[in-house]
Amino acid sequence: MSTFDVNAVRQDFPILGRRLAGDVPLVYLDSANTSQKPQQVIDAIADHYALHNANVARAMHQLGAEASEAFESGRSKVAAFIGSKRTDEVVFTKNASEALNLVARVLGDAREIEGRGPIGPGDEIVISQMEHHSNIVPWPLLCERTGATLRWFEVTDDGRLDLDSIELSERTRVVAVTWVSNMLGTINPVAEIVRRAKSVGALTVIDGSQSVPQMPVNVSELGADFVAFTGHKMVGPTGIGVLWGRYELLASLPPFLGGGEMIETVAMERSTFAAPPARFEAGTPPIAQAVGLGAAVDYLSSLGMENVAAHEQQVTAYALGRLAEVPGLDIIGPREAIERGGAISFTLGEVHPHDVSQLLDSQGVAVRAGHHCAKPLHQRFGVQSTTRASFYLYTTEAEIDALVEALNHTRKYFGV
Amino acid sequence: MNAANVDALYQEIILDHYKNPQGEGLRDDFDTEVHHVNPTCGDEITLRVDLDGDIVKDVSYAAEGCSISQASASVMYELVHGKTVAQAFAILDEFHAMMQSKGQIEPNEDVLEDAIAFAGVAKFPARVKCALLGWMAWKDATSAALSLKEQEQS
Repeated sequence: MSTFDVNAVRQDFPILGRRLAGDVPLVYLDSANTSQKPQQVIDAIADHYALHNANVARAMHQLGAEASEAFESGRSKVAAFIGSKRTDEVVFTKNASEALNLVARVLGDAREIEGRGPIGPGDEIVISQMEHHSNIVPWPLLCERTGATLRWFEVTDDGRLDLDSIELSERTRVVAVTWVSNMLGTINPVAEIVRRAKSVGALTVIDGSQSVPQMPVNVSELGADFVAFTGHKMVGPTGIGVLWGRYELLASLPPFLGGGEMIETVAMERSTFAAPPARFEAGTPPIAQAVGLGAAVDYLSSLGMENVAAHEQQVTAYALGRLAEVPGLDIIGPREAIERGGAISFTLGEVHPHDVSQLLDSQGVAVRAGHHCAKPLHQRFGVQSTTRASFYLYTTEAEIDALVEALNHTRKYFGV
Repeated sequence: MNAANVDALYQEIILDHYKNPQGEGLRDDFDTEVHHVNPTCGDEITLRVDLDGDIVKDVSYAAEGCSISQASASVMYELVHGKTVAQAFAILDEFHAMMQSKGQIEPNEDVLEDAIAFAGVAKFPARVKCALLGWMAWKDATSAALSLKEQEQS
C-alpha cells in the first residue's frame, strides 16, 4: 500500500485552494455533510457529458452503447469497492434517503418475505435513537401502513448504542441501524447487531452513509441484507445513492417506482417486472453521476481505504485532544478516538451553534450547526442543537488548529 | 460588506437584546398561543398574544435559539405591545420588507426603531429565517386571536 500524503491528496481538490471573504483560506470541516470532489471525478463527469452522452440501455447507436457501458462500469466499480459478490446487487438511487425509503416501501408492500408472511400487526421494526432522520422517518411510515410496532435501541451517556436496551424476538422483522453516527461519530458494532438480528430471523438494513466513505467496507463479510449509502459523501457527485441488497432477497421483492427500464413487459392493466437491479431503477437513471461515482471509488481505491481510515483516525484523535483544550467546549459523543469516526459535535458554553458557525465562517472555517437531521439524538443529550466539525481524507492538523483558533475568537466575541 | 464582516450582523443592539431579552416569559393572560419551529435548525418559539379590543395588550414568549432569533423576538415585543393591531401589522410589513431586501432597502428608523439593527442580517440569507421566527409566530397568533374575537362577536 502506498504511503498516504495528505498534502499530495489536497492538490487533487481544486476547491481546497479557494480563499473566502476577507481573503482567508477555506478550512472545510463539513465533510459529513458533503465531501469535496477531486479533479479526477470532475473530469470524468465533464468527459462523459462532452464526449459520450446518451441515454442508457435503450439507445441503439454508438453513443448509447458507450453511455451504457460507462454507466454499468460505474456499477461494477461500486460493487467491487464494497465487496459485493455480484454486480446486480447494486441498485442506484438518487441518494441514501431514497435507498432507505425504497427498502421500507417494498418490505411493506411484499406479500411474502423469504418464507415469512407480510409485515403486519404484532411484528416489530427495530431502529435506534442514533439514526439520521432518513433512517427514522420511513420506518414509522411503514408501521402505519402495516400495523407493525416501532421499537429502538437506546444510546448510553457516552454515546454508544445500548444493545441490551431492548430484546429482539421472533416478532422482530427488520433491524435498521446506522453503521457510523453522523452526529456523535460513534462506530456501531454492526456485525454483532447483524448476528443478533439473524438469530431471530430478522432482516438487517445498515445505513452506511458515514462508513462507506471513511473505512474499508465488505458487505459480503458483514452479512447484512441491505446497506444504503450516498455518492456525494465519498468524493462522488450528488444525485446518486446506492442500495446494496442480497440478490435472492431483492429478486423476491416487489418494485418500488413504476416506469421505464423496470419492466419485463407492459400491458395496460398489468406488467411483469425486470430482475434486480433494473426492477428498482424506474426511468432514466443518474448516468453521469454513476460515471462520477465510478471515478470516485477509483480515486478512493488508489489511496487505499485502510489509509483513508487511518488518516481519519489520526486527525480525529488530534482534534479531540485540541478541542478538549477550549474552555467551555463540551463534546457530545465518544471523547476518545476509539471506535469513532471523524465527526465531532459540541456545544460552546451558552453560545448558540448558529452563532458559533457564523463566527467560524467569518474566519473561513466551514462547519455545520443545527440538529444535523438527528433531532431525537439531540433530545437524548438534552441539547437543541450542536456545532459539528467533520473531517475527511484531505483534512490536516493545521486545519484543526485553525478551528481551535476560530473557536477561541468566538468565545471572546460572545464573552464566554 | 461580506461574510467576513460579522460585526455588521452582530450589531451592539442585537447583542444587547440577546443578553437582556425584553418581555420574555409566558404570561397567563392570553387569547391565543402558537408554537413555531425553524425546521432547518430546530430553533423554536412558543408565543402568546393578548388583545384588548384592537390593542396588542401583551406578547409573551419562550424561545430557544440563536442570538438573532432571540434578539428579534425581544425587539418585536418592544415594537408591537401597546400598539394597535393595525399599527403592529404595519411594523411587521416594514420589518419583513427589510429582511427580504438583501440589504437593498434603506430601513425606516421612525417605524422600526431598534429593529433597524437587523438590516445587516438581511445580507446573510441563511439568517433571515432566524430574524423572522418570532415575528411570524406573532403574526400567526394575532391572526388567530382576531378570528377568535370575530367568532365571539357573531
